[in-house]
Amino acid sequence: MDIGNAWNVALKDFKIYTRKPSVIYATVALPLIVGAVFPLILDYSLHKSAKALSAARAPGLMDAFSIWFVIGAAVIPTAIASYSLVGEKMQKSLEPMLATPMSDGDILLGKTISALLLPVVALYAGSISYMALMDYFTRGTLGYYYYPNWHIGAILLAAPLAALLSVEVNVVISSRMTDVRSAQQTGVLFMLPFIGLFLASEVGLFVMNDTNLTILAGALAAISVGTFFVAKATFQREEILTRWR
Amino acid sequence: MHVEEGEVFGFLGPNGAGKTTTVRMLACLVSRSSGTATIGGYEISNRADQQKIRKMIGLLTENVGLYEELSAYDNLDFYGRYYKMGERNRRERIQYLLEMLGLWDRRDARAGTFSKGMKQKLAIARALIHDPQVLFLDEPTANLDPEASKTIRDFILELKKENRTIFLNTHLLDEAERICDRVAILKTRVITIGSPQDLRRSLSGRKVKIQLQRVDDSMVESVRKLGHRIEDVTGNSFVVDLKEPEKENPAILRALQGAGGDVVFVTEAGSSLEDVYLKLMREV
Repeated sequence: MDIGNAWNVALKDFKIYTRKPSVIYATVALPLIVGAVFPLILDYSLHKSAKALSAARAPGLMDAFSIWFVIGAAVIPTAIASYSLVGEKMQKSLEPMLATPMSDGDILLGKTISALLLPVVALYAGSISYMALMDYFTRGTLGYYYYPNWHIGAILLAAPLAALLSVEVNVVISSRMTDVRSAQQTGVLFMLPFIGLFLASEVGLFVMNDTNLTILAGALAAISVGTFFVAKATFQREEILTRWR
Repeated sequence: MHVEEGEVFGFLGPNGAGKTTTVRMLACLVSRSSGTATIGGYEISNRADQQKIRKMIGLLTENVGLYEELSAYDNLDFYGRYYKMGERNRRERIQYLLEMLGLWDRRDARAGTFSKGMKQKLAIARALIHDPQVLFLDEPTANLDPEASKTIRDFILELKKENRTIFLNTHLLDEAERICDRVAILKTRVITIGSPQDLRRSLSGRKVKIQLQRVDDSMVESVRKLGHRIEDVTGNSFVVDLKEPEKENPAILRALQGAGGDVVFVTEAGSSLEDVYLKLMREV
Protein backbone atom coordinates (compact mmCIF):
# COMPACT_ATOMS: atom_id res chain seq x y z
CA MET A 1 0.00 0.00 0.00
CA ASP A 2 1.14 3.52 -0.81
CA ILE A 3 0.51 6.00 2.00
CA GLY A 4 0.91 8.93 -0.41
CA ASN A 5 -1.89 7.61 -2.62
CA ALA A 6 -4.10 6.90 0.39
CA TRP A 7 -3.49 10.41 1.72
CA ASN A 8 -4.49 11.92 -1.63
CA VAL A 9 -7.78 10.02 -1.50
CA ALA A 10 -8.33 11.22 2.07
CA LEU A 11 -7.41 14.82 1.13
CA LYS A 12 -9.96 14.78 -1.66
CA ASP A 13 -12.63 13.52 0.77
CA PHE A 14 -11.71 16.19 3.34
CA LYS A 15 -12.08 18.86 0.67
CA ILE A 16 -15.53 17.52 -0.20
CA TYR A 17 -16.58 17.48 3.48
CA THR A 18 -15.71 21.16 3.82
CA ARG A 19 -18.52 21.73 1.30
CA LYS A 20 -20.91 19.46 3.22
CA PRO A 21 -21.71 21.23 6.50
CA SER A 22 -24.14 18.46 7.48
CA VAL A 23 -21.27 15.98 7.57
CA ILE A 24 -19.18 18.30 9.76
CA TYR A 25 -22.10 18.94 12.15
CA ALA A 26 -22.83 15.21 12.43
CA THR A 27 -19.18 14.64 13.31
CA VAL A 28 -18.71 17.31 15.97
CA ALA A 29 -22.16 17.32 17.59
CA LEU A 30 -21.82 14.29 19.87
CA PRO A 31 -18.25 15.02 21.10
CA LEU A 32 -19.39 18.58 21.86
CA ILE A 33 -22.40 17.33 23.82
CA VAL A 34 -20.34 14.83 25.78
CA GLY A 35 -17.46 17.28 26.21
CA ALA A 36 -19.51 20.27 27.36
CA VAL A 37 -23.07 19.34 28.26
CA PHE A 38 -22.31 16.35 30.52
CA PRO A 39 -19.94 18.41 32.74
CA LEU A 40 -22.63 21.09 33.02
CA ILE A 41 -25.20 18.44 34.04
CA LEU A 42 -22.83 17.13 36.71
CA ASP A 43 -22.12 20.65 37.93
CA TYR A 44 -25.85 21.27 38.20
CA SER A 45 -26.42 17.96 40.01
CA LEU A 46 -23.61 18.58 42.48
CA HIS A 47 -23.99 22.26 43.19
CA LYS A 48 -27.21 23.76 41.93
CA SER A 49 -29.93 21.15 42.19
CA ALA A 50 -32.28 21.24 45.18
CA LYS A 51 -31.47 17.54 45.71
CA ALA A 52 -27.70 17.83 45.35
CA LEU A 53 -25.71 14.64 44.73
CA SER A 54 -23.13 13.58 47.25
CA ALA A 55 -19.51 14.16 46.20
CA ALA A 56 -18.84 10.43 46.53
CA ARG A 57 -21.06 9.71 43.51
CA ALA A 58 -19.20 12.14 41.22
CA PRO A 59 -16.37 9.77 40.12
CA GLY A 60 -18.83 7.03 39.17
CA LEU A 61 -20.91 9.46 37.15
CA MET A 62 -17.87 10.87 35.38
CA ASP A 63 -16.75 7.36 34.45
CA ALA A 64 -20.25 6.47 33.23
CA PHE A 65 -20.53 9.64 31.13
CA SER A 66 -17.14 9.06 29.58
CA ILE A 67 -18.36 5.76 28.05
CA TRP A 68 -20.21 7.96 25.58
CA PHE A 69 -16.87 8.66 23.91
CA VAL A 70 -16.73 4.98 22.92
CA ILE A 71 -20.40 4.95 21.88
CA GLY A 72 -19.80 8.16 19.93
CA ALA A 73 -16.75 6.65 18.30
CA ALA A 74 -18.91 3.77 17.09
CA VAL A 75 -21.57 5.98 15.59
CA ILE A 76 -19.86 9.18 14.36
CA PRO A 77 -17.80 7.68 11.51
CA THR A 78 -21.06 6.33 10.07
CA ALA A 79 -21.94 9.79 8.73
CA ILE A 80 -18.66 10.18 6.90
CA ALA A 81 -18.04 6.58 5.88
CA SER A 82 -21.54 6.26 4.41
CA TYR A 83 -21.13 9.47 2.47
CA SER A 84 -17.61 8.61 1.43
CA LEU A 85 -18.53 5.23 -0.05
CA VAL A 86 -22.23 5.26 -0.91
CA GLY A 87 -22.07 8.95 -1.92
CA GLU A 88 -19.24 8.21 -4.29
CA LYS A 89 -21.05 5.13 -5.56
CA MET A 90 -24.13 7.28 -6.26
CA GLN A 91 -22.07 9.90 -8.08
CA LYS A 92 -20.45 7.07 -10.08
CA SER A 93 -17.06 8.57 -9.27
CA LEU A 94 -15.55 5.31 -8.04
CA GLU A 95 -15.06 3.79 -11.50
CA PRO A 96 -12.75 6.50 -12.89
CA MET A 97 -10.78 6.40 -9.64
CA LEU A 98 -10.47 2.63 -9.89
CA ALA A 99 -9.01 3.05 -13.39
CA THR A 100 -6.00 4.94 -11.98
CA PRO A 101 -2.83 3.13 -10.91
CA MET A 102 -3.87 3.28 -7.24
CA SER A 103 -4.39 -0.13 -5.67
CA ASP A 104 -7.65 -1.19 -4.02
CA GLY A 105 -5.75 -1.12 -0.72
CA ASP A 106 -4.64 2.51 -1.30
CA ILE A 107 -8.23 3.59 -1.92
CA LEU A 108 -9.59 1.60 1.02
CA LEU A 109 -6.91 3.02 3.32
CA GLY A 110 -7.62 6.55 2.06
CA LYS A 111 -11.33 6.10 2.68
CA THR A 112 -10.57 4.72 6.16
CA ILE A 113 -8.32 7.68 6.99
CA SER A 114 -10.90 10.18 5.78
CA ALA A 115 -13.70 8.52 7.73
CA LEU A 116 -11.58 8.00 10.85
CA LEU A 117 -9.45 11.09 11.25
CA LEU A 118 -12.11 13.77 11.68
CA PRO A 119 -14.24 11.78 14.18
CA VAL A 120 -11.16 10.80 16.23
CA VAL A 121 -9.91 14.41 16.32
CA ALA A 122 -13.42 15.55 17.31
CA LEU A 123 -13.62 12.87 20.03
CA TYR A 124 -10.19 13.73 21.43
CA ALA A 125 -11.02 17.45 21.35
CA GLY A 126 -14.30 16.63 23.10
CA SER A 127 -12.47 14.55 25.70
CA ILE A 128 -10.04 17.40 26.48
CA SER A 129 -12.99 19.72 27.00
CA TYR A 130 -14.69 17.00 29.08
CA MET A 131 -11.70 16.46 31.36
CA ALA A 132 -11.00 20.18 31.76
CA LEU A 133 -14.61 21.06 32.57
CA MET A 134 -15.13 18.07 34.85
CA ASP A 135 -11.96 18.97 36.80
CA TYR A 136 -13.06 22.59 36.95
CA PHE A 137 -16.49 21.69 38.35
CA THR A 138 -15.43 18.89 40.73
CA ARG A 139 -12.03 20.09 42.02
CA GLY A 140 -13.63 21.97 44.92
CA THR A 141 -15.97 19.10 45.83
CA LEU A 142 -13.48 16.25 45.49
CA GLY A 143 -10.43 18.14 46.68
CA TYR A 144 -8.31 16.82 43.82
CA TYR A 145 -8.25 16.75 40.02
CA TYR A 146 -10.05 13.60 38.86
CA TYR A 147 -8.61 13.78 35.34
CA PRO A 148 -6.45 12.60 33.70
CA ASN A 149 -6.64 9.04 34.97
CA TRP A 150 -6.28 5.47 33.68
CA HIS A 151 -10.00 5.15 33.12
CA ILE A 152 -10.17 7.94 30.54
CA GLY A 153 -6.89 6.58 29.11
CA ALA A 154 -8.57 3.21 28.50
CA ILE A 155 -11.63 4.99 27.09
CA LEU A 156 -9.47 6.97 24.68
CA LEU A 157 -7.72 3.76 23.66
CA ALA A 158 -11.00 1.96 22.99
CA ALA A 159 -12.65 4.92 21.18
CA PRO A 160 -10.46 4.99 18.02
CA LEU A 161 -10.68 1.20 17.83
CA ALA A 162 -14.47 1.40 17.98
CA ALA A 163 -14.30 4.09 15.27
CA LEU A 164 -12.05 1.91 13.12
CA LEU A 165 -14.39 -1.04 13.47
CA SER A 166 -17.32 1.22 12.62
CA VAL A 167 -15.59 2.34 9.39
CA GLU A 168 -14.86 -1.25 8.40
CA VAL A 169 -18.45 -2.30 9.09
CA ASN A 170 -19.59 0.66 6.98
CA VAL A 171 -17.47 -0.49 4.05
CA VAL A 172 -19.30 -3.80 4.14
CA ILE A 173 -22.70 -2.11 4.61
CA SER A 174 -21.98 0.33 1.76
CA SER A 175 -21.56 -2.50 -0.70
CA ARG A 176 -25.19 -3.40 -0.18
CA MET A 177 -26.79 0.05 0.11
CA THR A 178 -27.87 2.32 -2.70
CA ASP A 179 -28.37 5.59 -0.84
CA VAL A 180 -26.49 7.47 1.84
CA ARG A 181 -29.40 7.68 4.29
CA SER A 182 -30.04 3.92 4.32
CA ALA A 183 -26.33 3.30 4.82
CA GLN A 184 -26.24 5.74 7.74
CA GLN A 185 -29.37 4.28 9.33
CA THR A 186 -28.01 0.76 9.05
CA GLY A 187 -24.58 1.88 10.24
CA VAL A 188 -26.09 3.46 13.35
CA LEU A 189 -27.25 -0.01 14.42
CA PHE A 190 -23.58 -0.72 15.02
CA MET A 191 -23.72 1.37 18.20
CA LEU A 192 -26.35 -0.90 19.79
CA PRO A 193 -23.84 -3.34 21.34
CA PHE A 194 -22.03 -0.37 22.93
CA ILE A 195 -25.27 1.06 24.31
CA GLY A 196 -26.03 -2.42 25.61
CA LEU A 197 -22.67 -2.44 27.34
CA PHE A 198 -23.37 1.00 28.84
CA LEU A 199 -26.77 -0.12 30.12
CA ALA A 200 -25.26 -3.35 31.47
CA SER A 201 -22.73 -1.31 33.41
CA GLU A 202 -25.48 0.96 34.75
CA VAL A 203 -27.52 -1.95 36.11
CA GLY A 204 -24.43 -3.67 37.48
CA LEU A 205 -24.19 -6.55 34.97
CA PHE A 206 -20.84 -5.32 33.77
CA VAL A 207 -18.20 -3.33 35.63
CA MET A 208 -16.70 -0.61 33.48
CA ASN A 209 -13.35 -0.53 35.26
CA ASP A 210 -9.89 0.08 33.75
CA THR A 211 -9.20 -3.65 33.29
CA ASN A 212 -12.49 -4.37 31.54
CA LEU A 213 -12.08 -1.32 29.35
CA THR A 214 -8.62 -2.50 28.33
CA ILE A 215 -10.07 -5.95 27.56
CA LEU A 216 -12.79 -4.22 25.52
CA ALA A 217 -10.10 -2.31 23.60
CA GLY A 218 -8.27 -5.58 22.93
CA ALA A 219 -11.47 -7.23 21.76
CA LEU A 220 -12.22 -4.29 19.46
CA ALA A 221 -8.70 -4.50 18.03
CA ALA A 222 -9.10 -8.24 17.37
CA ILE A 223 -12.54 -7.82 15.76
CA SER A 224 -11.17 -4.91 13.70
CA VAL A 225 -8.45 -7.12 12.27
CA GLY A 226 -11.02 -9.77 11.31
CA THR A 227 -13.42 -7.22 9.86
CA PHE A 228 -10.57 -5.60 7.91
CA PHE A 229 -10.23 -8.76 5.82
CA VAL A 230 -13.96 -8.83 5.15
CA ALA A 231 -13.86 -5.13 4.19
CA LYS A 232 -10.81 -5.68 1.98
CA ALA A 233 -12.52 -8.58 0.22
CA THR A 234 -15.59 -6.39 -0.28
CA PHE A 235 -13.60 -3.43 -1.52
CA GLN A 236 -12.19 -4.81 -4.74
CA ARG A 237 -12.49 -3.26 -8.17
CA GLU A 238 -14.46 -6.10 -9.65
CA GLU A 239 -16.77 -6.40 -6.63
CA ILE A 240 -17.46 -2.66 -6.67
CA LEU A 241 -18.19 -2.50 -10.38
CA THR A 242 -20.16 -5.67 -10.77
CA ARG A 243 -21.70 -6.54 -7.40
CA TRP A 244 -22.17 -3.29 -5.47
CA ARG A 245 -25.77 -2.28 -5.88
CA MET B 1 -8.29 -8.00 -33.25
CA HIS B 2 -5.44 -5.51 -33.35
CA VAL B 3 -5.63 -1.76 -32.87
CA GLU B 4 -2.76 0.19 -34.41
CA GLU B 5 -0.87 2.91 -32.59
CA GLY B 6 -2.34 6.32 -33.39
CA GLU B 7 -5.55 4.80 -34.71
CA VAL B 8 -9.09 5.80 -33.78
CA PHE B 9 -10.86 2.50 -33.41
CA GLY B 10 -14.62 2.38 -33.05
CA PHE B 11 -16.41 -0.34 -31.16
CA LEU B 12 -20.00 -0.42 -32.37
CA GLY B 13 -22.85 -2.42 -31.05
CA PRO B 14 -26.33 -2.26 -29.57
CA ASN B 15 -26.98 -1.77 -25.86
CA GLY B 16 -25.96 -4.91 -24.00
CA ALA B 17 -23.54 -6.03 -26.71
CA GLY B 18 -20.61 -5.88 -24.29
CA LYS B 19 -18.92 -2.62 -25.26
CA THR B 20 -18.59 -1.24 -21.74
CA THR B 21 -17.59 -4.63 -20.34
CA THR B 22 -14.87 -4.91 -22.99
CA VAL B 23 -13.50 -1.48 -22.08
CA ARG B 24 -13.63 -2.37 -18.39
CA MET B 25 -11.66 -5.52 -19.12
CA LEU B 26 -9.10 -3.63 -21.19
CA ALA B 27 -8.81 -1.00 -18.44
CA CYS B 28 -8.11 -3.82 -15.96
CA LEU B 29 -11.25 -3.07 -13.97
CA VAL B 30 -12.87 -6.47 -14.37
CA SER B 31 -11.35 -9.85 -15.17
CA ARG B 32 -11.65 -11.42 -18.56
CA SER B 33 -13.65 -14.64 -18.72
CA SER B 34 -11.53 -16.10 -21.53
CA GLY B 35 -9.05 -15.09 -24.21
CA THR B 36 -6.14 -12.69 -23.91
CA ALA B 37 -5.53 -9.01 -24.56
CA THR B 38 -2.41 -6.88 -24.43
CA ILE B 39 -1.98 -3.13 -24.37
CA GLY B 40 1.44 -1.81 -25.31
CA GLY B 41 2.77 -5.34 -24.84
CA TYR B 42 1.32 -5.71 -21.33
CA GLU B 43 -1.15 -8.50 -20.57
CA ILE B 44 -4.39 -7.29 -18.98
CA SER B 45 -4.77 -10.22 -16.60
CA ASN B 46 -1.19 -10.09 -15.30
CA ARG B 47 -1.22 -8.28 -11.94
CA ALA B 48 2.19 -6.68 -12.44
CA ASP B 49 1.24 -5.53 -15.93
CA GLN B 50 -2.10 -4.09 -14.79
CA GLN B 51 -0.39 -1.22 -12.94
CA LYS B 52 1.64 -0.40 -16.06
CA ILE B 53 -1.48 -0.51 -18.22
CA ARG B 54 -3.35 1.81 -15.86
CA LYS B 55 -0.52 4.33 -16.09
CA MET B 56 -0.56 4.34 -19.89
CA ILE B 57 -4.31 4.51 -20.45
CA GLY B 58 -6.94 7.16 -19.89
CA LEU B 59 -10.57 6.18 -19.41
CA LEU B 60 -13.71 8.18 -20.00
CA THR B 61 -16.39 6.14 -18.27
CA GLU B 62 -19.97 5.92 -19.46
CA ASN B 63 -21.04 8.01 -16.45
CA VAL B 64 -18.77 11.02 -16.05
CA GLY B 65 -18.43 10.45 -12.28
CA LEU B 66 -17.04 13.86 -11.39
CA TYR B 67 -16.65 15.16 -7.85
CA GLU B 68 -19.61 17.50 -8.11
CA GLU B 69 -18.74 19.45 -4.94
CA LEU B 70 -15.24 20.23 -6.16
CA SER B 71 -14.16 22.79 -8.74
CA ALA B 72 -13.17 21.79 -12.26
CA TYR B 73 -9.57 22.56 -11.32
CA ASP B 74 -9.66 20.41 -8.18
CA ASN B 75 -11.26 17.52 -10.06
CA LEU B 76 -8.28 17.44 -12.39
CA ASP B 77 -5.76 18.24 -9.67
CA PHE B 78 -6.72 15.21 -7.57
CA TYR B 79 -6.49 12.93 -10.58
CA GLY B 80 -3.07 14.40 -11.34
CA ARG B 81 -2.09 13.44 -7.80
CA TYR B 82 -3.47 9.92 -8.27
CA TYR B 83 -1.06 9.60 -11.22
CA LYS B 84 1.81 10.96 -9.09
CA MET B 85 2.29 14.06 -11.22
CA GLY B 86 4.37 16.86 -9.71
CA GLU B 87 2.64 20.08 -8.73
CA ARG B 88 4.07 22.19 -11.55
CA ASN B 89 3.36 19.50 -14.14
CA ARG B 90 -0.22 19.24 -12.86
CA ARG B 91 -0.74 22.98 -12.98
CA GLU B 92 0.52 23.28 -16.54
CA ARG B 93 -1.37 20.25 -17.78
CA ILE B 94 -4.63 21.37 -16.17
CA GLN B 95 -4.32 24.81 -17.74
CA TYR B 96 -3.53 23.31 -21.15
CA LEU B 97 -6.49 20.91 -21.08
CA LEU B 98 -9.01 23.38 -19.68
CA GLU B 99 -7.99 25.98 -22.25
CA MET B 100 -8.20 23.41 -25.05
CA LEU B 101 -11.72 22.52 -23.97
CA GLY B 102 -12.83 26.09 -23.30
CA LEU B 103 -13.26 25.57 -19.56
CA TRP B 104 -10.34 27.60 -18.19
CA ASP B 105 -12.57 30.56 -17.30
CA ARG B 106 -14.79 28.20 -15.29
CA ARG B 107 -11.94 26.43 -13.53
CA ASP B 108 -13.01 27.54 -10.05
CA ALA B 109 -16.70 26.75 -10.56
CA ARG B 110 -18.10 23.61 -8.95
CA ALA B 111 -18.39 20.72 -11.40
CA GLY B 112 -21.94 20.17 -10.13
CA THR B 113 -22.99 23.49 -11.69
CA PHE B 114 -21.77 22.50 -15.17
CA SER B 115 -23.99 21.58 -18.12
CA LYS B 116 -23.88 18.01 -19.46
CA GLY B 117 -21.55 19.01 -22.26
CA MET B 118 -19.18 20.82 -19.90
CA LYS B 119 -19.14 17.85 -17.54
CA GLN B 120 -18.31 15.55 -20.43
CA LYS B 121 -15.46 17.85 -21.49
CA LEU B 122 -14.15 17.93 -17.95
CA ALA B 123 -14.31 14.14 -17.76
CA ILE B 124 -12.33 13.91 -21.01
CA ALA B 125 -9.75 16.33 -19.57
CA ARG B 126 -9.57 14.08 -16.50
CA ALA B 127 -8.91 11.04 -18.70
CA LEU B 128 -6.09 12.98 -20.38
CA ILE B 129 -4.52 14.55 -17.30
CA HIS B 130 -1.52 12.17 -17.28
CA ASP B 131 -1.05 12.40 -21.05
CA PRO B 132 -1.89 8.73 -21.75
CA GLN B 133 -0.84 6.98 -24.94
CA VAL B 134 -4.10 5.06 -25.15
CA LEU B 135 -7.49 6.58 -24.54
CA PHE B 136 -10.71 4.65 -23.97
CA LEU B 137 -13.84 6.69 -24.56
CA ASP B 138 -17.11 5.06 -23.60
CA GLU B 139 -19.99 6.80 -25.38
CA PRO B 140 -18.38 10.25 -25.27
CA THR B 141 -21.26 12.08 -26.95
CA ALA B 142 -24.22 10.11 -25.62
CA ASN B 143 -27.07 12.40 -24.52
CA LEU B 144 -25.29 15.58 -25.59
CA ASP B 145 -26.83 18.30 -27.73
CA PRO B 146 -25.53 18.61 -31.32
CA GLU B 147 -23.23 21.53 -30.53
CA ALA B 148 -21.61 19.82 -27.55
CA SER B 149 -21.31 16.58 -29.55
CA LYS B 150 -19.51 18.41 -32.33
CA THR B 151 -17.09 20.03 -29.87
CA ILE B 152 -16.27 16.62 -28.41
CA ARG B 153 -15.88 15.06 -31.86
CA ASP B 154 -13.58 17.87 -32.98
CA PHE B 155 -11.53 17.43 -29.83
CA ILE B 156 -11.19 13.69 -30.49
CA LEU B 157 -9.94 14.52 -33.98
CA GLU B 158 -7.41 16.91 -32.42
CA LEU B 159 -6.24 14.08 -30.16
CA LYS B 160 -5.86 11.88 -33.19
CA LYS B 161 -3.38 14.40 -34.63
CA GLU B 162 -1.28 13.89 -31.49
CA ASN B 163 -0.90 10.23 -32.57
CA ARG B 164 -2.83 8.95 -29.59
CA THR B 165 -4.54 5.58 -29.88
CA ILE B 166 -8.24 6.03 -29.23
CA PHE B 167 -10.68 3.23 -28.55
CA LEU B 168 -14.16 4.62 -28.97
CA ASN B 169 -17.27 2.86 -27.75
CA THR B 170 -20.35 4.17 -29.47
CA HIS B 171 -23.69 3.22 -30.88
CA LEU B 172 -23.78 6.43 -32.94
CA LEU B 173 -22.90 5.19 -36.40
CA ASP B 174 -22.63 8.64 -37.88
CA GLU B 175 -20.07 9.54 -35.22
CA ALA B 176 -18.05 6.39 -35.90
CA GLU B 177 -18.10 7.10 -39.62
CA ARG B 178 -16.80 10.63 -39.10
CA ILE B 179 -14.10 9.88 -36.55
CA CYS B 180 -12.90 6.29 -36.79
CA ASP B 181 -10.17 4.87 -38.98
CA ARG B 182 -11.56 1.40 -38.41
CA VAL B 183 -14.53 -0.04 -36.60
CA ALA B 184 -15.52 -3.37 -35.13
CA ILE B 185 -19.19 -4.25 -35.05
CA LEU B 186 -20.17 -6.53 -32.23
CA LYS B 187 -23.16 -8.24 -30.75
CA THR B 188 -21.70 -10.13 -27.79
CA ARG B 189 -18.95 -11.22 -30.25
CA VAL B 190 -17.15 -9.28 -32.96
CA ILE B 191 -19.00 -9.73 -36.25
CA THR B 192 -16.78 -7.71 -38.56
CA ILE B 193 -13.85 -5.30 -38.56
CA GLY B 194 -12.79 -2.79 -41.18
CA SER B 195 -12.70 0.84 -42.16
CA PRO B 196 -16.17 2.42 -42.44
CA GLN B 197 -15.50 2.85 -46.16
CA ASP B 198 -14.58 -0.82 -46.69
CA LEU B 199 -17.57 -2.00 -44.71
CA ARG B 200 -19.91 0.16 -46.78
CA ARG B 201 -18.41 -1.17 -49.98
CA SER B 202 -18.57 -4.74 -48.78
CA LEU B 203 -22.33 -4.41 -48.57
CA SER B 204 -23.13 -2.75 -51.85
CA GLY B 205 -19.98 -2.12 -53.88
CA ARG B 206 -19.18 1.41 -55.02
CA LYS B 207 -21.72 3.73 -56.51
CA VAL B 208 -21.70 7.20 -57.99
CA LYS B 209 -24.64 9.53 -58.05
CA ILE B 210 -24.67 11.86 -61.06
CA GLN B 211 -26.94 14.86 -61.16
CA LEU B 212 -27.61 16.62 -64.43
CA GLN B 213 -29.61 19.68 -65.37
CA ARG B 214 -31.91 17.38 -67.35
CA VAL B 215 -31.93 13.63 -67.86
CA ASP B 216 -33.24 11.81 -70.91
CA ASP B 217 -33.02 8.20 -72.15
CA SER B 218 -30.12 8.88 -74.52
CA MET B 219 -27.96 10.05 -71.64
CA VAL B 220 -28.79 6.99 -69.54
CA GLU B 221 -28.16 4.78 -72.58
CA SER B 222 -24.77 6.42 -73.19
CA VAL B 223 -23.65 5.30 -69.74
CA ARG B 224 -25.11 1.79 -70.17
CA LYS B 225 -23.13 1.42 -73.40
CA LEU B 226 -19.96 1.77 -71.32
CA GLY B 227 -20.98 -1.42 -69.54
CA HIS B 228 -22.21 0.10 -66.31
CA ARG B 229 -25.38 -0.78 -64.49
CA ILE B 230 -27.74 2.12 -63.83
CA GLU B 231 -29.36 1.48 -60.53
CA ASP B 232 -31.79 4.24 -59.94
CA VAL B 233 -33.05 7.17 -62.02
CA THR B 234 -34.79 9.78 -59.91
CA GLY B 235 -35.65 13.23 -61.24
CA ASN B 236 -32.56 14.62 -62.88
CA SER B 237 -30.10 12.23 -61.28
CA PHE B 238 -29.16 8.57 -61.45
CA VAL B 239 -26.93 6.13 -59.58
CA VAL B 240 -24.30 4.03 -61.38
CA ASP B 241 -22.61 0.91 -59.99
CA LEU B 242 -18.84 1.14 -60.48
CA LYS B 243 -15.76 -0.85 -59.58
CA GLU B 244 -13.26 1.99 -59.60
CA PRO B 245 -14.96 5.39 -59.83
CA GLU B 246 -11.59 7.15 -59.87
CA LYS B 247 -10.80 5.52 -63.25
CA GLU B 248 -14.32 5.17 -64.67
CA ASN B 249 -15.81 8.58 -63.90
CA PRO B 250 -14.00 10.57 -66.65
CA ALA B 251 -15.31 8.26 -69.40
CA ILE B 252 -18.84 8.47 -68.00
CA LEU B 253 -18.73 12.27 -67.92
CA ARG B 254 -17.43 12.39 -71.49
CA ALA B 255 -20.27 10.05 -72.60
CA LEU B 256 -22.86 12.19 -70.87
CA GLN B 257 -21.52 15.38 -72.42
CA GLY B 258 -21.53 13.63 -75.80
CA ALA B 259 -25.21 12.82 -75.29
CA GLY B 260 -25.91 16.48 -74.53
CA GLY B 261 -25.97 16.18 -70.77
CA ASP B 262 -24.92 19.03 -68.48
CA VAL B 263 -23.43 17.52 -65.30
CA VAL B 264 -24.18 19.46 -62.12
CA PHE B 265 -22.78 17.14 -59.39
CA VAL B 266 -20.93 13.84 -59.15
CA THR B 267 -20.90 12.32 -55.67
CA GLU B 268 -20.01 8.92 -54.31
CA ALA B 269 -23.17 7.19 -53.17
CA GLY B 270 -23.77 3.80 -51.67
CA SER B 271 -24.69 2.22 -48.40
CA SER B 272 -24.09 4.04 -45.18
CA LEU B 273 -22.40 2.44 -42.20
CA GLU B 274 -25.88 2.32 -40.74
CA ASP B 275 -27.04 0.06 -43.60
CA VAL B 276 -24.09 -2.24 -42.98
CA TYR B 277 -24.73 -2.27 -39.26
CA LEU B 278 -28.43 -3.00 -39.55
CA LYS B 279 -27.83 -5.75 -42.10
CA LEU B 280 -25.29 -7.42 -39.83
CA MET B 281 -27.54 -7.12 -36.80
CA ARG B 282 -30.37 -8.80 -38.70
CA GLU B 283 -28.12 -11.59 -39.91
CA VAL B 284 -26.62 -12.50 -36.54
